[in-house]
Amino acid sequence: MATTIGIWIAAGLTLFIYSFLYKDNPFYKFAEHLYVGITAGYWLIYTWAYTIQPMLLEPIFKNKEFILIIPAFFGIIMLTRWFPSISWLSRWSIAFTVGIGAGLGVTGSIQGFILPQLRSTILPITGFNFATFNNLLIIFGVITTLIYFYFSKEHKGVFGQGAKIGMTFIMIAFGASFGYTVMARISLLIGRIYFLMFDWIGMLFGK
Amino acid sequence: MKIFEKMAHIDRRYIYILIAIVVIVPLLIKPKLPIIPTKPVKDIFDYVENLPQGSNILISIDYDAASMPEQQPFLEALLRQCFRNKLKPVMIVQWQLGAPLGTQGLEKIAKECNAIYGIDYINLGYRPGYVAQMVGIGREIRDYFSVDYKNVSVDSFPIMKNIHNYNDFALLLGLEAGATYLAWVEYAGGRFKQKIALSLNAVSAPDAYYFYQSKQIIGLVGGMKGSAEYEVLENKPDLAVAGMASQSYSHIVIILFIIFGNIAFFIEKNRKRKEGGK
Amino acid sequence: MLKGKNIPLAITFIVGIIMIVSFFIPHRPFGDIEQISLRWYSIIAGFTMVLGVDSLLGLHFRKIKRKEENWIHSIFLIAGFVMVFIAGVWGTIQYGSAFDERSFFTYIYNYFIVPLQATMFSLLAFFVASASYRAFRARNRDAALLLITAVIVMLGRVPIGEVISPYLPKFTDWIMEVPQMAAKRGIGLGIALGSLGVAIRIILGIERSYLS
Repeated sequence: MATTIGIWIAAGLTLFIYSFLYKDNPFYKFAEHLYVGITAGYWLIYTWAYTIQPMLLEPIFKNKEFILIIPAFFGIIMLTRWFPSISWLSRWSIAFTVGIGAGLGVTGSIQGFILPQLRSTILPITGFNFATFNNLLIIFGVITTLIYFYFSKEHKGVFGQGAKIGMTFIMIAFGASFGYTVMARISLLIGRIYFLMFDWIGMLFGK
Repeated sequence: MKIFEKMAHIDRRYIYILIAIVVIVPLLIKPKLPIIPTKPVKDIFDYVENLPQGSNILISIDYDAASMPEQQPFLEALLRQCFRNKLKPVMIVQWQLGAPLGTQGLEKIAKECNAIYGIDYINLGYRPGYVAQMVGIGREIRDYFSVDYKNVSVDSFPIMKNIHNYNDFALLLGLEAGATYLAWVEYAGGRFKQKIALSLNAVSAPDAYYFYQSKQIIGLVGGMKGSAEYEVLENKPDLAVAGMASQSYSHIVIILFIIFGNIAFFIEKNRKRKEGGK
Repeated sequence: MLKGKNIPLAITFIVGIIMIVSFFIPHRPFGDIEQISLRWYSIIAGFTMVLGVDSLLGLHFRKIKRKEENWIHSIFLIAGFVMVFIAGVWGTIQYGSAFDERSFFTYIYNYFIVPLQATMFSLLAFFVASASYRAFRARNRDAALLLITAVIVMLGRVPIGEVISPYLPKFTDWIMEVPQMAAKRGIGLGIALGSLGVAIRIILGIERSYLS
């Protein structure tokens, strides 16, 4: 019974959202606002269940890891943003998190991205075959794309020609991305239509 | 020619109706279309297939309901393959709104395959921290996941006995809807040399091909088509395969839209040029 | 002095340097300090969610109080929040975890959040179709190249492409693995180098916008 009611609710909310396709209307606005409110509540419960309880309260009170009072303090002073007179305290928490992110980012981007990607662009150009052609195209494509995005030098002469070729590669990449984006969006639509047809209408016909 | 000009200004709601019809009809008629697995998908399948029995697989749920039709079929096909090969999935979550989807998929397939929680698989749930967590797991996973998703100590489960960090995982599989995969590749892969395979939603998939070429990932599943290929490889066609006909015909309709729209554009452009010349 | 930016800048610098040093020296004490810092980061990051939720609720409470346009819908937002919050607390009390399959909290996720979120994003399918017809024009060579590539990929990446021609999927694979990959790598390298520059500037205190 609960499942039946749930499927009706889900179908109803789905159709409320789709009513926007005809025109903006109160049903759509209701569904949209409900979604935001429910998601906010969900995040809050998650924060308690998967951050505060297992990572803070239990280690402090069960395992006596009192040093965790320090990040708890930093977390609480993050909330001082609500009070203008003491909101400067929240900068300490932000500085801590930003510092960690920046520090990890420096080594991560070099070791995890820049070096492996550069290494993989240095490809063999031996023999007169299709693999060599592909490798040349890859090297050329990476270099000309980087030239296109280098705006500190005017795109004139040979540099300008390189930028134009880079633009060609970029257009191919964006075209491919557009094709995949269409695929993604249609997939989401298929998922919802599948639910409406087989879970909701199928339920009405007892399937 | 006037018909093209009229069609160029057609009410968009007719377009919406046409798209809906093109998706609905193939789901009812169910035409059979060939689904041939591509190399990036086969590479993941073969790698998992060749892992020794008892290997631990770290599965990261980094998607939510918005990517469910693309990722959930792959998750289920992957879990079937893992349980069939006596591999041990360990699930973690980076996207809170995806956690119940991961849990539901895991429990559904575990029940189907008679897997026992805590022995054959485990669900560690979500923790915040993202990049910090990815680096921290490289040392000791219990610093973040001391309890499972139901708040039970992980040390009470046999599966976690010999799991401490990336060295104890044969493969990390990220099911991605955003840019979280970049961090997995940079930190888990770059720093800790963890073998990684990615299932990306179709919006992000084109951006991960350079990781595949540089061998920073062993394989790549892209969108619902990739999930359909994996279902075919696992020999258990499900939602993704069922959706491929609708996907195919929708693409053809959209391509026809692009062609007709451009024909109308060029006709109108020509007409305006001629009128301007008079 | 306490209220100024010097202490936060010092915190950013010290923490950033610790992260970099412990990458090269993972042994004690740097490895331990790094692991502790990362754990603290996760805890602090969890609190940011509370900030976001509060901002959202505050905005809508003000809307209701001042009876601004569409204030009725803000009541639904608050009601949805309260419903989920109560369900979460009740599920925790009843089953020990709000995420138990039997809890009303999980019920709300399955029959409210999933359909709402999935449907919101599926609307884009219709808009992409409409845009394809009404807006995507091959106005110049580059736009034409973009559209032609899009058409080839759209056909090659679905089963019907195999039916049209067995070379179509192969050509699509080539596009994805060679020219497309090359351009994306170039873009990715540019972004990575840019992020690296920003990260170094943040650690050194040259970039301070995050403190305002």
